[in-house]
Amino acid sequence: MTTHVPGDTLVSLNAVNKHYGQLHVLKDINLQVRKGEVVVVIGPSGSGKSTLCRAINRLETIEGGTISIDGKVLPEEGKELAQLRADVGMVFQSFNLFAHKTILENVTLGPIKVKGVSKAAAEKDAMALLERVGVGHQAPKLPAQLSGGQQQRVAIARALAMKPKVMLFDEPTSALDPEMINEVLDVMVQLAKEGMTMIVVTHEMGFARKAADRVVFMADGQIVEDATPEEFFTNPKSDRAKDFLSKLLTH
Amino acid sequence: MDVIFENLPLYWEGFLRTLFLSVVSGIFALILGTLLAAARVSPVAALRGFSTVYVEILRNTPLTIAFFFAAVVLPRIGVKFEQFEIAAIIALSTYTAAFIAEAVRSGVNSVPVGQAEAARSIGMKFGQVLSLIILPQALRTVIPPLINILIALVKNSSVAGAFFVLELFGYGRQLANANGDAVITVLLGTAFFYLLLTVPLGILANTVERKVAIAR
Repeated sequence: MTTHVPGDTLVSLNAVNKHYGQLHVLKDINLQVRKGEVVVVIGPSGSGKSTLCRAINRLETIEGGTISIDGKVLPEEGKELAQLRADVGMVFQSFNLFAHKTILENVTLGPIKVKGVSKAAAEKDAMALLERVGVGHQAPKLPAQLSGGQQQRVAIARALAMKPKVMLFDEPTSALDPEMINEVLDVMVQLAKEGMTMIVVTHEMGFARKAADRVVFMADGQIVEDATPEEFFTNPKSDRAKDFLSKLLTH
Repeated sequence: MDVIFENLPLYWEGFLRTLFLSVVSGIFALILGTLLAAARVSPVAALRGFSTVYVEILRNTPLTIAFFFAAVVLPRIGVKFEQFEIAAIIALSTYTAAFIAEAVRSGVNSVPVGQAEAARSIGMKFGQVLSLIILPQALRTVIPPLINILIALVKNSSVAGAFFVLELFGYGRQLANANGDAVITVLLGTAFFYLLLTVPLGILANTVERKVAIAR
């Protein structure tokens, strides 16, 4: 489903390493994501895929190698890091909407406080985004009053409000009831069609087939395969991937 | 009872002085305590270290030592003040700040880590994450324990009476000395005026606890 031609490299990981104590969670990871590309990262639990996703906006520190976004190496701390993060949208498994703010405030807070956008402009933008993800009428409510699927769509709108260069999704549907998964995936597919650069960690193979330009398969902290969805699902090369896919199909 | 009614103006003056000491020290302690808690969770190791040492020392030594330092040691090293009241405020607020810092820190820790991660991921700086996202949520959970600390502060302010500040307890002691035959009545009267401050605070703590609970 490549309706767009990917451009220059936007996210670049070079020889990235990370340990949790004895556990080597990221082993020499090399990954380049080009503008407009949708990369789906799949793999068994504990393979390091979430860590990889979180390392890209430095919610996880890394011990070796470099991560750069749009040519700029991710700084370690401080103002430069905050600025770079503003360009990287992140959607979490547990939504993480600000519990004490309304839906509208959740979306406007970043533009107002980080980018210095006026309140009126931010609210206009936010309402448009909320309408786009289908929760416009929920704007004055608090996050706890919304269903999981609605909260996750608000979280996507909150990330989009920053006009990010790339969106990271860390298992965005894993905490959702089955009937809510599709409403979130629909929003993500739409986003992919519009040419957003996306890195998506997920267990939703349907999404990978439908929207991904590339599938990256991780196991034991390594990237084992990096292929188009068609190649990966019909003709996986490694035994590890074959094993993983066979387990999925038995269900 | 007569001894109480006859000396109502003295009691009242002591009550106002205690109120003044508590309110002023309480405000300073809240500001200092929140700053100490912020330092305790900051990414700067030196700030964390300072805050930890401060809290551990002040929290684990008697209030009288803080008073002694403020009233006797500070003037010797060149910090002069006209009234002992200033020393009392310094001692009470620095001491109480340690407890407030601990309460606020526990409140900060009660906010799910995902809230801070989400705030950081939209590009907020440490100060913004803390002031816009973490503290507003943390303060709701710490208001009841904070009020308990303030109740303790009201009672602790009586130590100032021993350091020549004529507050409620100071006047109470004077009256007890002057009315040897009615010591119990005098002390009960003193206790009553303390209750006048602390009981409403306790009721406030309960009301606030019910009101500000946030749904997750």
